[in-house]
Amino acid sequence: MSLPYSEKLIKYFMHPKNVGEIEDADAVATEGSPACGDMVKLFLKVDEKTKKIKDIKFKSYGCASNIATASIITELAKDKKIEEAKNLSWKVAAEELGGLPPAKVHCAVLAVDALKTAIENYEFKKGLIKEKKSTTIEIIKNRLKHVINPITGVDVLKVDFIKSIDLNDGIVKIYFNLDSDHQFANNIREEIIERLEPLWDIKEVKVIFNDEEG
Amino acid sequence: MERREVYLDNNATTRVDDRVAEYMNHFHLTDYAVASSQFSHIPGIRAKDAVDNARGIIANTLNAEQEEIIFTSGDTESNNLTLNGVIEGNKDKQKKKILVSKIEHFSVLDTAKRLAKKGYAVDFINVNNEGFIDLNHLEDLIDESTLIVSVMHGNHEVGTLQNLKSISEIVHKYGSLFHSDATYSYLQVPIDVNDIGVDLLTLSADKVHGPKGVGALYIRKGTPIIKIMEGGYQEYNIRPGVENVPGIAGFGKACEIYNDEETNKIKNLRNYLYSTIKSKIDRVSLNGASDFNKRIPNNLNVSFDYVEGESVVLHLDMRGISVITGSACFSRSLHASHVLLAMGFSHERAHGSIRFGLSKYITKEDIDYTVYHVNEVVENLKNLSPLTKS
Repeated sequence: MSLPYSEKLIKYFMHPKNVGEIEDADAVATEGSPACGDMVKLFLKVDEKTKKIKDIKFKSYGCASNIATASIITELAKDKKIEEAKNLSWKVAAEELGGLPPAKVHCAVLAVDALKTAIENYEFKKGLIKEKKSTTIEIIKNRLKHVINPITGVDVLKVDFIKSIDLNDGIVKIYFNLDSDHQFANNIREEIIERLEPLWDIKEVKVIFNDEEG
Repeated sequence: MERREVYLDNNATTRVDDRVAEYMNHFHLTDYAVASSQFSHIPGIRAKDAVDNARGIIANTLNAEQEEIIFTSGDTESNNLTLNGVIEGNKDKQKKKILVSKIEHFSVLDTAKRLAKKGYAVDFINVNNEGFIDLNHLEDLIDESTLIVSVMHGNHEVGTLQNLKSISEIVHKYGSLFHSDATYSYLQVPIDVNDIGVDLLTLSADKVHGPKGVGALYIRKGTPIIKIMEGGYQEYNIRPGVENVPGIAGFGKACEIYNDEETNKIKNLRNYLYSTIKSKIDRVSLNGASDFNKRIPNNLNVSFDYVEGESVVLHLDMRGISVITGSACFSRSLHASHVLLAMGFSHERAHGSIRFGLSKYITKEDIDYTVYHVNEVVENLKNLSPLTKS
């Protein structure tokens, strides 16, 4: 029988670790939204001296991949220094779980993003980073690396889906080399908006497909 | 509770009845000839008789004439044949508008969208929050240029049954054709094509304990329609290709043995399923018609707050229970259910929706087992969810 998930992923899905909330958390981050069907909320407790993650807990609204990756990410991050934990990637999480179906990679990305955002929130709170950076095309591209094409499981930048990116006065326009009636067009649009809208100085995100130009 | 296997995806497909399988086998192993001509050899005539016998049985269930039934490979083909074939057969060049409801199966919706790209005027009829067609909207959209209107009878996801007669009356005022996809309601709910006044009606064998890959299209005599595939002259020159004799014979057998008492039993079990879910689990919403007499008898669709459907489905699967969800995570296109969204509900409502489809093989013990596990799974996932409000 070929279930789409590895045995290990199913095990984590059935019995996730580090579930719950930390009441006096040093940092909290939420990524995703109920509208897109996936949401992870992550709680951190950090040792001020050693900068090690003492405790980490999560809550998840989402599918099996979402729950399982959130669980494994918390295990991987625990007892690590925040500098190290920041570098955890979705690929590491996916490998630990014995692979993910391409259409489900975006769920894994969410948990990794939540960890990164929680660490940034901690650093900002403790004065470890001074000011919020203005959004640049580079920052947008970095975020787009987390938008995964559900067919291939590869991010949308790698496969030349994006023709150009335009950033002007807080309005981002992304021109896509894809037609709007493509099977995953709506999905990719929602995903991109979801990734870029949380940036503090971005007012609007427009995703424009081939047949919508002009 | 002892583990059970409870198949509750009967709105997708059903188990073939043993009598159907046995009857079909005869046409695989013994009378396997092609039913091509009335002047054929004896084995060929036997095959033709089997096909015509099935045609007669199905015509009877609809109060139709035998010659008005065309066999196809299933509801997808019947729906494609309807829209494309009626366009092929249309001689009135003024008629170039197609209306379909927003909650149709993709075989209707996407065919309509493709025709729109080819230059036909296509519009989509709204439904209300219980999934009933907005008749005023239909009146707004329809005019003398409307060639065909397609509205399904029972909805495949939320089970809502349309009042086909009232739709048909509106459609015929404008001289348009009326098609209905009755795949999901057929035999569970009586259909009289003459009383309704429907011009084309889609059926599929696999929803009524018949085989997969066989369907039918009722075409009212005189309806202008031309075949959309080239080949032989089978099926009154509307659907070429060697007839699927075992499948067609099996479809006929499934209809012949279909038992209304069983439908009543299924309806009672479905009502029991809903009332026990409602009494055991907090924050459950019913999707589809609230008047249970206006639902397909074997269908229940509910949404659970704070939880995502794919997780519910997978947990239940591990416990031997087969259901599906309208969640984006579950679908091949990663889209949330277009039916629930058309009914005006949020993505969350779609993501948390679960469809239960019963059959004659389901017992009260199966339902008790199911509700026990649904309750446990939903509770566990609620504890995990950041959305749960305590």
